[in-house]
Amino acid sequence: MELTPQTNEGVKVEPKNRRSFLLALFGLSGAGVSALLAVPLVRFVTYPLRRRAAANTWSEVGPVQDFVAITAPVAKTIMLERRDAWQTTSSQTAVYVLPSRAGQFRILSPICPHLGCSVRWVDDQNKFICPCHAGLFTADGERIAGPPPRSMDSLEAKVEDGVLKVRYQYFRQLVSSKETMA
Amino acid sequence: MTNQPTSEPTDKDNVVTRLDVWLDRRTGIDSILHETLDEPIPGGARWAYIFGSGLLFLFVSQIITGIFLALYYVPSADHAHTVVSYIVKEVTSGSFIRSIHAYGSSGIIILLVLHIGQTIVYGSYKGRRELLWLSGCILLALMLGMAFTGYLLPWDEKAYFASAVGTNLIAEVPLIGPPLQQLIRGGNQMGTLTLSRFYVLHVFVLPGLLISFIAAHVFFFRKAGAAGPIEEDPIHPRLPAVPFYPRQVAMDAVFAVVLIGILAAIALKTPMDLGPAANPADTHFLPRPEWYYLPFFQWLKYLSGHWSLIGGILLPAVLALIFAALPFFDRRLERRPWRRPIVVGAFLLFLVVYVSLGVASHRDDAKDPGVAEQMHKQEEDAKAFMQQPFVPEAAAGSPAAALASAPPEVVKGLALFQAGSCNSCHGEAGIGTAAAGPLTGVGQKYTDAQLLALLRTPDSKMINGGMMPVDLKQDDLEALVAYLRQLH
Ligand code: FES
Repeated sequence: MELTPQTNEGVKVEPKNRRSFLLALFGLSGAGVSALLAVPLVRFVTYPLRRRAAANTWSEVGPVQDFVAITAPVAKTIMLERRDAWQTTSSQTAVYVLPSRAGQFRILSPICPHLGCSVRWVDDQNKFICPCHAGLFTADGERIAGPPPRSMDSLEAKVEDGVLKVRYQYFRQLVSSKETMA
Repeated sequence: MTNQPTSEPTDKDNVVTRLDVWLDRRTGIDSILHETLDEPIPGGARWAYIFGSGLLFLFVSQIITGIFLALYYVPSADHAHTVVSYIVKEVTSGSFIRSIHAYGSSGIIILLVLHIGQTIVYGSYKGRRELLWLSGCILLALMLGMAFTGYLLPWDEKAYFASAVGTNLIAEVPLIGPPLQQLIRGGNQMGTLTLSRFYVLHVFVLPGLLISFIAAHVFFFRKAGAAGPIEEDPIHPRLPAVPFYPRQVAMDAVFAVVLIGILAAIALKTPMDLGPAANPADTHFLPRPEWYYLPFFQWLKYLSGHWSLIGGILLPAVLALIFAALPFFDRRLERRPWRRPIVVGAFLLFLVVYVSLGVASHRDDAKDPGVAEQMHKQEEDAKAFMQQPFVPEAAAGSPAAALASAPPEVVKGLALFQAGSCNSCHGEAGIGTAAAGPLTGVGQKYTDAQLLALLRTPDSKMINGGMMPVDLKQDDLEALVAYLRQLH
């Protein structure tokens, strides 16, 4: 470890004793440099913490005027976009838009709460009928008969800039209360 | 911070002193600090000596910003541009960090020139400093390699085409040129393997070598001692020596603050831009390297035929060898620059030629209206791209990506698969869930007719699993089968 330069033989080096003042000076410049770099670096790393709130889980269903005059449930295919940082995974799925009641739009998931088949709207019977085990639901999605343990699941809906939007979610099957699945 | 053994701490000592003593007993920190900070400088501290530590400071800054950038970067030709654009447009402070890193490389090149210039003008490579100089030459080459490999990583138009030109040059190397080029590119053409190779060089190989050679450089420097001012004897200094700490350290610290301040100001004012994604089919793009490689690029334009081998490869190689061998043939201990007109003059000549070539390159581009227009368009394209919001990439395996070019029948089948909620049991793209098995590979197991039959009337095993007959029109069923067939 001893690296005494041979070029400096005999030169007596006196360490200075003004350390505390200079230490403060170096501390200050060190703090300046690190603040300049550290603040952005910390913000850079912690970006995912702030990102979550902004995540958009709403899918467009269609323009509101398409649904204001409907008298029976209408099936609509929506695009589900799941954002994973710089990637998106998209898939399509169907939802039912119900006739609005007091200006409130209601949207149902077509997935049967029994075993997950796709419930159909049967116009001539004015009912939702599940083709798999003949689960029966009213035009509002209320359970009437059959193996399904609960009514059809409603989804959160909102209108933004004249566009009806839905927050699509999956719910646990075979249980009598509506539980979202992560 | 004394040479004497540390005395027993007493209650009267303040906390800092007691901590210092405690630490020193266990680490020997005081003698290490003494060794580091009390490096004698003949003739005392000078502003002329700040460039070496400035380089070290910028290198550390590059390491830090580089590690942080790696948090988001993916070295793959199909993702690199998306992730860099994500860093720049979405991640908080992303553009700033990337700019500090990208401009930092330019800063290092400038400091390298200043550091080498100071060494040459002061003749501080003389007097048993050959290894110090050689390790410095290797560091210079490694840094140029870092700049070259790092430039490709954003995979935008200019990165791609500049690196294509740069690696084209390798093919000119006598005898081993073409295979060497293939080795570096990972193939005949630029591609995702090129990016992987550059990434590995930029992130693992070159930084590892740099750290080793920086250690060697500092070791040789300490062994030989600071050379001091130009009138000083480089082997047996006569001037009174002043320790490195505190005056030289203070100057170095001020310089570090100035450096990071300049970088931050530039990064905030003109963030490093990112152009549109590399499109190898774009035949109009005019590649231009980063400014520090521009003079060499211009130089190559003057050469044609076998002159490009002589001027483009052999001449630079010979110049580099002469440069590296400088302390071996310039052995006089004379250090005053006016007494060493050949070495100092050659260096100045090199600088003049280097700058003139750079200027000539800009002038050529401005003079030709076609070129000027294209360069302007490229700049505008990059600006426009920076203005656009970030567009996420469709994930591989997501139906949108997989089916972008699928036949319409398959797309229709997918819509039926999803509208029928088949995916709620069989999973997205038929990968299977807890409720029902995967459908991937059914195309290999069954014929179309068998699949159609199974969909219409599932077998008992399927029915027990909860599968229901699919009640669709014939052509819809066929579309569904077409979709199922291509699942894999
Ligand atoms: S899945 Fe709907 S009734 Fe059984």
